[in-house]
Amino acid sequence: MIRNMVLLKIPTGMLVFFTAFFIAACTSSTPDSTAEISTPSEPYTLTVMTHDSFSVSEGVVAAFENEYNAEIRFLKSGDTGTALNKAILSKGNPLADVFYGVDNTFLSRALDEDIFEPYDSPLLADIDDGFELDQQKRALPVDYGDVCLNYEISYFVDQGIEPPQTLENLLEPMYKGLLVVQNPATSSPGLAFMFTTIGHFGEDDYLDYWKGLVENNALIVNDWETAYYTEFSASAGRGPRPIVVSYNSSPAFEVIYAETPLDEPPTAAVVSDGTCFRQIEFVGILKGGQNRELAEKWVDFMLSPIFQEDIPMQMFVFPVNSQAQLDNAFIEYLTIPTKTAFVSPEKIAANREKWLQEWTETVLR
Amino acid sequence: MAAGVDRDSVEVNSKFLTSSYKKYALHALWLAPLAFLGLFYFYPMGSILEISFSRTEGSQAAPFIQALASERVRRVLGFTFFQASLSTALTLLVGLPGAYLLARYDFRGKSLLRALTGIAFVLPTLVVAAAFNAMLGPRGWVNVGLMELFDLTQPPIQFINTFSAILIAHVFYNTTIVLRMVGDYWSHIDPRMGQAAQVLGANRLQTLLRVILPLLMPVIITAALLVFIFNFTSFGVILVLGGPRFATLEVEIFYQTVSLFNLPLAATLSILQLACTLILMVIYTRLSAKLTRPLSLRPRKFTQRKLTSWRSRLLAALLVIMLLGMLTAPLIALAARSFTRLDPEPGQHAFFASGLTLDFYKELTTNRRGSLFYVSPLTAIAVSIGYAAATVFLALALGLPAAWALARNSNSKFNRFIDPIIMLPLGTSAVTLGLGFIVAFNRPPLDLRASILLIPLAHTLVALPFVVRSLTPSLRSIRPRLRQAAQVMGASPMQVFRHIDLPMVGRALLVAATFAFTISLGEFGATALIARPEYPTIPIMIYRFISQPGALNYGQALALSTILMAATAAGMLAIERFRIADVGEF
Repeated sequence: MIRNMVLLKIPTGMLVFFTAFFIAACTSSTPDSTAEISTPSEPYTLTVMTHDSFSVSEGVVAAFENEYNAEIRFLKSGDTGTALNKAILSKGNPLADVFYGVDNTFLSRALDEDIFEPYDSPLLADIDDGFELDQQKRALPVDYGDVCLNYEISYFVDQGIEPPQTLENLLEPMYKGLLVVQNPATSSPGLAFMFTTIGHFGEDDYLDYWKGLVENNALIVNDWETAYYTEFSASAGRGPRPIVVSYNSSPAFEVIYAETPLDEPPTAAVVSDGTCFRQIEFVGILKGGQNRELAEKWVDFMLSPIFQEDIPMQMFVFPVNSQAQLDNAFIEYLTIPTKTAFVSPEKIAANREKWLQEWTETVLR
Repeated sequence: MAAGVDRDSVEVNSKFLTSSYKKYALHALWLAPLAFLGLFYFYPMGSILEISFSRTEGSQAAPFIQALASERVRRVLGFTFFQASLSTALTLLVGLPGAYLLARYDFRGKSLLRALTGIAFVLPTLVVAAAFNAMLGPRGWVNVGLMELFDLTQPPIQFINTFSAILIAHVFYNTTIVLRMVGDYWSHIDPRMGQAAQVLGANRLQTLLRVILPLLMPVIITAALLVFIFNFTSFGVILVLGGPRFATLEVEIFYQTVSLFNLPLAATLSILQLACTLILMVIYTRLSAKLTRPLSLRPRKFTQRKLTSWRSRLLAALLVIMLLGMLTAPLIALAARSFTRLDPEPGQHAFFASGLTLDFYKELTTNRRGSLFYVSPLTAIAVSIGYAAATVFLALALGLPAAWALARNSNSKFNRFIDPIIMLPLGTSAVTLGLGFIVAFNRPPLDLRASILLIPLAHTLVALPFVVRSLTPSLRSIRPRLRQAAQVMGASPMQVFRHIDLPMVGRALLVAATFAFTISLGEFGATALIARPEYPTIPIMIYRFISQPGALNYGQALALSTILMAATAAGMLAIERFRIADVGEF
């Protein structure tokens, strides 16, 4: 009735295998911190903690590794907010030597939690002072990108109407039902766009503007992906709405990552004064790291032209170093706003919760 | 020892056991599962909660008072319960007839049907949103069709950002749980019981309600419980498909943690969510102990019929169409889109295909920007399958002894206490637990913060409750007299397990393995927190692509999703082939 079986013999073997695997992995995952005290011929390991969107060319990292006999290990730790939370919670016994990717909307959280050591890099000389938001030089600017309105060019040509040029334009009847924006509570470009309206209209009046947007049938979704791929008409998702909040680099993406080669982008960004919000990303040396000297070298490297020139094609944001040359293919398709809406990191930190709550109560009810 | 009624024999059995040292032997089965939960669940959860509350300004009770006094939190809690209950009811409504079909009939393509209906379970929400959008979106096939048919100017169906979208997506994701768990158990119920009732004059409906349903009750409430907890802790579906007007506790925890960094309030909400889960578990444990009866499970050879009459064929056809329509149509839309070239001019109509293409798949294999983080799709598949295999192994190795201990002695106080606790990881906020790992495993010998081992460990935490729950109903229903007979004849507990329990739960073991496998393949939240960029899983890669503009990036995300679907289906079919100890023959 009951057959004999071999089943139980297999797991015993597997158990041994997995236990061995477990032990091996446990022991191999720890020695990074001890590797630095070994002989100089062994490469030093430097760990860089960053967010999901980080990217860099193989050759660029290899250049650094060869020059300093180092091995760079990257840890990607979720979106910007999550990665920063992880860095804060591992303060004292940090996961990494360097943290890259905190932006001006989160900068105060990082500085208040005191996770960075100051470092006065000589390369700051080549960087416009406007980017240096932390005077104590704990967080050093690396790149910036602008959150701007994007629109589908052909829609406005076909309809014979002008694309919007200002935030106020979006309240006009001819743009009724055309705009999709992200929820600032859940989306980083959404938050940036809320700051745009605060910077442009002021703390006291931005909510009235939002009431106007809602009356003009603006759609609010939770994430950039839904806004861009489900609702925006010029994306591959072919949604119904021709205006979306995205980045000023998005039109360039649409050309470089087109399905069939395009001569010009199907979309354009609105970059007139006060319509965009600038996100600046920073790098900092984490307190309690094992290898301050190499960490400084890496920070210098990130600010130097070789890394800075690699940034645009890898992450579609722009270098802060004025010596860095922008790739021609890139400049061709994009415009950088000259005057962006501004809200200081201190003000953001002090009011983030209040603003988000007000916004939610006014716009989502 | 002669027990007239099966129900009595449970009592006898447990007394028989408690009177001997075997009680302790059974408790020893808990050693590994509890050590695992202690180290990888309670320790990190305890650490993060402690750190979170240490950041409280003022009294320790402040965040609790803040949460309980907040109207927003009460509204979120109410909505969380409401949507979870409704979604669970709908999932049962769709799943139970399907389970009947899979349980009672033997037809060609059944394994494939089971695999196809399970694929949804692994897909990341962003991709599922894209799939639904291709069908029901403003320019999806359904809306475009209706607009042309009735000459409408506006799309008649509004899907994204509606409550219906949440319900439909939950049914889409979770029906497979009901199909598998109930379908498997049902297939072993002796059809002669129903036949006996009919001989005695009961009609079909009476037979179903008074005989079959009570027999199925333990497994139905088990499946319902798992579905409910999944819906209760729903995150991606609410965020992406429900939109900004809807929030569950899990969404609120994410918002408090990431956007506001209010860790004390986030921790309070996590505890609230856990408390709700725990209360459900306790109710469940009581209920299931009451409802379970030992049965003669029959091999499927005796319980399943071929589709011979036209009535049964029609019924089967209708059920298959319903299941495939609801659970695979969006997947087909998605896969089709990954092979479709779009018109370069964004015209009036959506998805006007100007031909078939393999461009997206080709693009996956090129590292166009020379990025350090480029990973080939084959590597991603290997990494995903590797984590999934480790998860299956770990979850079964830990879940089988736990389920066995629970089933053998369900009346012991110890088991009644432990049973709900095993399920806690399912009701736990992923955001909170993820941060818990960071603060708990921060020094040698357990500095696992950046270790790839954390991924199968985290997946096992989610898979373990599924494994235990898939196994216990079957293990409990084994007639104790069979085991007693073996013991009387001198079999050791291990031999009893090998020769009685294991063969009889062979199918349930496959169900459990399939759950562990699919949970690991599709997991995104925990993986994203821990992932080493050199070893991304397929869902992580899909996310990398879909979070960038550009038709090629979107296309690559869809192509990878299609690859993920194929890998899932292949894995599930392979597990079905894996015959444990000739289960069909016991």
